[in-house]
Formats: sequence, structure tokens, C-alpha cells
Amino acid sequence: MSAATAKKRLEVVGKPRRRVDGRAKVTGQMRFADDFALPRMLHCKLLRSPHPHALVESIDVSKAGKHPGVHLVLTRKDFPVPFGIMPVSVDEYPLTDHARHVGDPVAAVVAADEQTADEALRLIGVVYKPLKTISDSEEALQTPEPRIHDYGEQGNIHRNQSYEFGDVEQALAKSDHVFEDVFFYQGNTHLPMEQQATLASVEGDGKLLVTSSTQNPHYLHRQLARVLQIPGSRIRVVAPPNGGGFGGKCDPANHEMVVAKAALVLGRPVKICLTREEVFYQHRGRHPVLMKMRTGVTRDGKLTGMHLQTLLDGGGYGSHGPASTFYTGVLTPVTYELPRFKFEACRTFTNKPACGPKRGHGTPQPRFGQEVQLDKIAEKLGKDPAELRLGMVTQPDSLTANWLRVGSTGLAECIREVASRSEWKKKFRKMGQGKGVGLACSTYMCGAGLPIYWNKLPHSGVQLLLDRSGQVTVYCGATEIGQGSDDVLAAIVAEVLGIDTDEVRCVTGDTGMTPVDLGSYSSRVTLMMGNAAVQAAERVRAQLAEAAAEQLEVLPTGLVFSNGKVVDPATSRSMAFLEAIQFAEAKFGTLGAVGSYTPPKPPGKYKGAGVGPSPAYSFSACVLEAEVDERTGWIHVPKIWIAHDIGRALNPVLARGQVIGGVYMGLGEALMEEQAFRRLPEKLSQALVHRMPSMLEYKSLTALDMPEVDVALIEQTEEMRDPNCPFGAKEVGQGPLLPVMPALANAVYDAVGVRIDEIPVTPDKVLRALELKAKGQVPRVGPARFPTVPYPEPVFVVTPQEGGDGKETKREEKKRAAAAVV
Amino acid sequence: MAAVPQRLHLKLNVNGEAAPVSFAPYKTLLEVLREDLGLTGTKHGCELGECGACTVLVDGEPVLSCLVLALECEGRRIETIEGLARGAELHPLQAAFADLGGSQCGYCTPGVIMTAKALLDKNPDATKEQIKEATAGNLCRCTGYLQITEAVERAAGVLREEAK
Repeated sequence: MSAATAKKRLEVVGKPRRRVDGRAKVTGQMRFADDFALPRMLHCKLLRSPHPHALVESIDVSKAGKHPGVHLVLTRKDFPVPFGIMPVSVDEYPLTDHARHVGDPVAAVVAADEQTADEALRLIGVVYKPLKTISDSEEALQTPEPRIHDYGEQGNIHRNQSYEFGDVEQALAKSDHVFEDVFFYQGNTHLPMEQQATLASVEGDGKLLVTSSTQNPHYLHRQLARVLQIPGSRIRVVAPPNGGGFGGKCDPANHEMVVAKAALVLGRPVKICLTREEVFYQHRGRHPVLMKMRTGVTRDGKLTGMHLQTLLDGGGYGSHGPASTFYTGVLTPVTYELPRFKFEACRTFTNKPACGPKRGHGTPQPRFGQEVQLDKIAEKLGKDPAELRLGMVTQPDSLTANWLRVGSTGLAECIREVASRSEWKKKFRKMGQGKGVGLACSTYMCGAGLPIYWNKLPHSGVQLLLDRSGQVTVYCGATEIGQGSDDVLAAIVAEVLGIDTDEVRCVTGDTGMTPVDLGSYSSRVTLMMGNAAVQAAERVRAQLAEAAAEQLEVLPTGLVFSNGKVVDPATSRSMAFLEAIQFAEAKFGTLGAVGSYTPPKPPGKYKGAGVGPSPAYSFSACVLEAEVDERTGWIHVPKIWIAHDIGRALNPVLARGQVIGGVYMGLGEALMEEQAFRRLPEKLSQALVHRMPSMLEYKSLTALDMPEVDVALIEQTEEMRDPNCPFGAKEVGQGPLLPVMPALANAVYDAVGVRIDEIPVTPDKVLRALELKAKGQVPRVGPARFPTVPYPEPVFVVTPQEGGDGKETKREEKKRAAAAVV
Repeated sequence: MAAVPQRLHLKLNVNGEAAPVSFAPYKTLLEVLREDLGLTGTKHGCELGECGACTVLVDGEPVLSCLVLALECEGRRIETIEGLARGAELHPLQAAFADLGGSQCGYCTPGVIMTAKALLDKNPDATKEQIKEATAGNLCRCTGYLQITEAVERAAGVLREEAK
């Protein structure tokens, strides 16, 4: 961002505004994927496996193909090429002959209407050979055969890794106390209101057009080219605004590949819309994670080291799993100073729908564990949990033990703010039986530092087009999923050019029309697209300034773009923005500019250092008040206070909405949301089926359940503003969810003195813990133990504080160094 | 048993206008609105009556259009999100939702707004608790509901002013 932009008195940024797409949303004019229809459109339905693990021995589609109204039946043989979001986990076929979970699609029917397609599905004869099934990660460790996939580490272990940053055992041995805890975090799902829909067609120019509910049109574009074996230049992916994503629409999906193929074969538009039950089986949500944390502390409350072990239940496919596995540990050292850190993680395959990225991607689980453990540490040391945390927050511009650069941080201010607003000191341990408060903190990335597939290209591109009518059109591949990315884009362009957001038209999420943006994931859009937009707008502003200065007979460097005018404050000469465009178009020809953004290189150089780095981190702190009914175990949450270090709120209405929305989703996870499975009885095939694949039974909070939420947006002062962020703005879409779950568990402890070391914290668990308490036993409900996991020998990296160079220390060097010390 | 006709032809009354339409008799009101009348402003999130996204008003009452057969609606007054604005001007509920963040992804928005309209038509002085209760059947995954409640409260205020 140029000095001129940085110094500008802001007219758009920071002002509460109606979002640019607000009108379309409230009039019903906003078109989501399923709102598109085309002449001669056909409808597709998928036949899904009723078995959790089975080989398709034979499949007879002859009857289905002859059913009146059926145009096409597709099976595994129509798709020779597999796909997968991550290059290391290309393990899915659009239609499979090896079902890895109930709901895995094995055939597709394309027919005149959905009803006919449904009828034809029932005419497909499939002979399955059921295989032994694996229901959770411990079973996966114990059951190496049959393998769910023929790749991965060994048996049914998909990913297995170990990193050690400094000698952790030594640090723990020197600690005054070592705390050891085991936690479990049950999986849950995104439950976006919009069911995924895709419409594929061949356009007049002979090219494929795929309009789909996807957060990542760019990655879908690449995977379509791969699966269909046609050049990317002949495919256009349009991502209309998503009716909620939360990570569930990040993976390219079977149904997208299938309708694209069908449209190419038939030369007609083909559409699919998943049923709600199918959405539950498509999943790609929160991984169930078992964790063990051994943490050393000094008696005055400083962390000395942590050994974190995680075990992820990945479900039937790789999905984003390799990244998810890293994320169950890598951000742990970002909140508090942690001199040494050992992190072992293992992801297993199981016969359930694949897990993937959900809001917070892999980080809510260890954050829950760490923040609950800190509550226990504070109690043991006789310290106030807020004070304990304030004494250990990471410092600005520091490096963590695992080589992540913490840029700006407002965590201390967040803690002080929620403590003050909630009257923490008056309430903690003082509210009386049945009532309590809990505190927790968190951090999140403002975009993953590296793309999902290795390349040196920009992560976000923005193109601007201006013309003599005064219109400013901005093109970007970013996808509006409700978070307000179009509004961010318009606000930034408007601010730099000194115009109103009404003057800006956004064209987004269209691989045929817009420059590449990697997608709406990892909270990357505000920072990455925002920086690209600043660059494009500054470039075009320079052209406008040059043309305007010539006319005004002033120096271009002194011109200010403000309120729809181009002004020279020294002489008070000015012209309208429209005039400046016209002079510039006359002088330079057609006006436009591009901008792009590539994140800085991460400081860590060891293999695996690519997951975790981000240009900036947001921070949050939360206090939650809970009332626990000791007869029923029912938890009522009257109020939540949350402070979020957002750097700068581009549009406070949206920022506040993202915070409350994150708190809502976090509270749902904390109290009730579960993507849980059950085994059908043996006579019914023993299939692993979703316990509650409906919106009625998968419990989520309603308007009546939602507590009051007090939101504090913590903004940095001008000199502290994060230079990596556009106008200092950090993410807000994911961070504020993270502290809610541990804050709830800590509040329950404050209220009734029982520890629920697993999520969700449901009334039955509270009651069980209260019974234990009444019997004089340890009042805790949670996993009893952490299984033996065959983690590999750790990659050893010397920490920055101990003089490391960011590279792995080979074992021989480590041994030599140890020998030299002896 | 008499044969079920392939298609029915009815004249529905949608947003105050006659809407002649022919459709297969098994179709729900939701399907006929979206697929046969092109009114895609009404959304669906489950098609099982669980989420509230498809709420429209029939004779002023909020109904889940995924659970109503279109053929039951002949001669009844159907209101959808498309008919809410006052010409080019937004209805106070629409304006409040847009201005206060009552709508994020916007997918549940038409259903919530129609539910809120039914409430305020009957009870212009609805309290916060009554608003929450009325909209508790409309699931929203983005907003955390608070800004929805705030938007309905503001709209109620504007509507009361207008009625004075």
C-alpha cells in the first residue's frame, strides 16, 4: 500500500454501510447455483453405496438406461482419472467401484426430471462385496487390513508426522509442573443452508460452463480439467454467491464432475442439487480429534514446552487431510510464548464420509485442549486465568518455536477488554453454585502462506476497468460465500479512488472472466484480494492523477482522490472523478490496471514449514457466562463477551456479523453439534450411518437459544497497523469461533466444578461428571487415555530463540552436537 | 380410482397477481414457485419442513412451501419475497435486514423476512422475545440471529411510524 493510500483520510473504510450485495439478498434477486435453469436442461441423481466399505463386483445399468426419460447412465468406467483437492491425496473417482463410506456414489442417472432419475436409480443392479469396516481412528490403527486406500503411510494411516522444535523432554524435565491431559473433540459439519447444486452446460462457443456452489472455483477448474482430460482453457467455472460455505464447499465434489461429464456427452445442460441427507454424507467437515497435551510450566506461570499428540479420524478420503493434520498443531504456539514444542500428528482413514476443512480448519480441536488445560494450570498455580494468559502472550514481530512470524498482535488488549467488559474479576469463582464464567483465547491465519498445489504464482489477482461513463468495474476470482468479499473488494477500490461503493461493480468468482484468486478459504480473501485490489486501484489512480494534473496544471503527486473528486489541496483546484477518467482515457487510451498479491516467504525452511505461515494473524479472547442446572445437566448461556483483534474493520456491520456468526457456530459446536455415526445391527448390514442426517435432528442453535453477545472489535492504532494487511484489516471469518468451545467448558467448571474434557459438552456428560463428583471421584468426563500411535522419528528443528537457521537438524548432527556437549 | 392427470392447470394468486400455471400434481408449492413460475427468491434448505428457508405466506400465514402441494393453493393469497418491495423501494423489513447485517449469505433471508412480515402484520408491537419465537423455525447458519432480531425490531419501528 502506497504512502498516499496509507495517509488518506478514510471515507469508506471503517464506516458502517449496507453491503454492496445487500439489496439483492433481501429482494430474492440474488441467484444461487440452484436458481439457474437452462432450456433443455436434464436432471441428475447419484446412486450411493449403502455399505460403508465394499467393492463393486458388478453393476448392471441396462434396465435403468432403458427407463423412459433416461438419457444417460454413468459409472466408474466413464471416469478413468481420479481427483483430489491436494496433490498428495488424489484419491477419489467421481463414481467409484470401491465404496469407502455409506453414501459414496457408484453410479449416476441423467433424466428428464428428478423423479424419473430417482426411479431409474432403483433399476440399477449393483453386486457389492462388503469389506471389513473401520469406525474410528483407534480401530484404524488396530486394523491395517483391509486397507481403505492403497496409498498413505501404512495400513490405514493416511498421514503420520512428527516435529520437534527444541528438546522438549529436557524442557519438561526442568519445569516446576508438567500437566498432562487427554481431550476429545467430536466431529461436526458445516450445515450450510444452501444444499450444493451444480449446473453444467456446453456454451455456444463449444466450451464447458460449470455453475456450482463452490468456495473455490479455481481449484474446481483445475480438477475438472484433470478428470475430463480437456484443457482448462475450454472450461469456465462460475461460482455464484454461496448460500453459506464454512469450508464445506472447498473440495471439488463428485457431483460436479459427474454433471460436467454428462453435459459434455449429451451436449445438453445437466443439473444436480443434493438432498439435505446427501449434504450430510458429502461432509468434509470437522475431524474428530483425540489429543494429548503434556505441558511444562514454571511456578510463576510461564510455559516451558509442550508435547502435543493428535489423532485424526479422517473418514474415507484424503480431502484436505494432509493440511488438516498439520493444523491440529502448527498454530498452537502462536498465542502464547512457548519456547519448545513437539508436535506429533496422525490421520487415519475410516469408513465414514471424509472430513476436511471447517471454519477454523484443524485448529479448534487443539485450541480447545490448550485453553482448558490453561484453566487447570491457572487453578493449580493459584493464578487468575486472565492474568496467567496476559503474562505469556506472544510479542509483536516475534518468531514462534516452530518458525511462524507473529506480526501484529492485539491479544493482550483483547483479554483486557473482555475481562473488563464482563467484570471478570467480580465473577470468576464468585458467582455461586450453578453459575460461572470461563475465559479462552485463540488466533487464526489471515490466509495460508502457501497455495494448495505448489506454484510460484500470485495467490490473488484483481483487474480494474474504467470507462468514460464513469463506471469502475472490478474483476476478481474471489467467491462471495456470505462473508462479504464483494463488499471488501468494492470498499477497497472505492477508498483508493475516492468514490462511493455504489460506483463500483464487482464481477467475481468466474474463471472465464476474472483473474485467479485461490478461493474463499483460510480467511485469506480480505488480506490477499484486498492487497491485490489496492495495487490495481493505485495503478489506475496514478494514470488518472497524471491526466488530471495536466489539466489542472498542478503536480500529480499532490492530488487527493476524495468524495468523487480529484483535488489539489495546495491550489484548491479540482475536477470530478468522471472528468479525470475522460481526460485519462483520452491521454492513455482504454483505462485499466491489474494488481496481484503473493504472500511473503515463510521464515521456516524445514520440510513441512509451509503449513501455518500467514502474512498476519488475528487474535480473539472470549468470556462466556454459563448457568448449569445440576438436576438435568442443562447448560444455559446468557451472555458471551468477545474481543477480536481485527486490525481494522473495513465495514463494521459485516465485521460484527462475522464475529457473532462465529460465536454462534462455536457455541453450537460446544453444546450440541455432532457428526456422529452408528452401526446398524448385523442383520441390517452393520453399515456405519449418520446418526441424524436431517436439520431437525442435527441440533443447532435457533434464535431462541442464542445468547446476548457483546462484541469488541480491537483495532490497531495507526503506527501499530499491520503493514501486510490492506488498510490494516485482518480476518474475522474464522478466528472468533475458536475461543468459544473452551470458554464454555471452563465456565461449566466454574459453575459446578466438573471438567468436561470433550466436545460437545452435553447435559448427559455434565450429569455423569456431577455423579462422579457426588461419589467423591474425579469429577471429569473425557477420554481416559491416548492410544499408542506409531509416530515417526521427529524432524528436529532448532528454535529461533536457540539460534536455529529454520532448517531441519539431521539426526547425525543432533547426535554430534549432543556428544560435544557431554 | 380415477387416473391422476399428468398436469394440472391452475390460476394461482401470487403477490396480488393472477399467475396461471400448469404443473404435475405431485409438485409442492415451493417447486411450482421456483420451477414453473420462475420465482427463485424462495429458497430450499431441506425440502422436509425442517429449516424454514422456503417460508412464504398463504392467506397471510407463514407456511413451509416445501410441505404444501401447489394444487391446495388455488384461490388463496400467496406472498413471496419478490412481492414485498414497494415498487422500486425496499420494504422496511428488507431495508433493515440489508442495513443491519440481518442477511449474510442471504440464503435464509427470504424465508426469515416473510416470517417476520407475518408476525408484524398481526402484531406491530412484537417484543424481542416474540420476534425470536416467531423466527425460531428459520435456521440461519451465518448471522447468529442477533442481527436478524435487531433488523425486525427496527423494521417494526419504521412500520409503526408509517402507520401513525
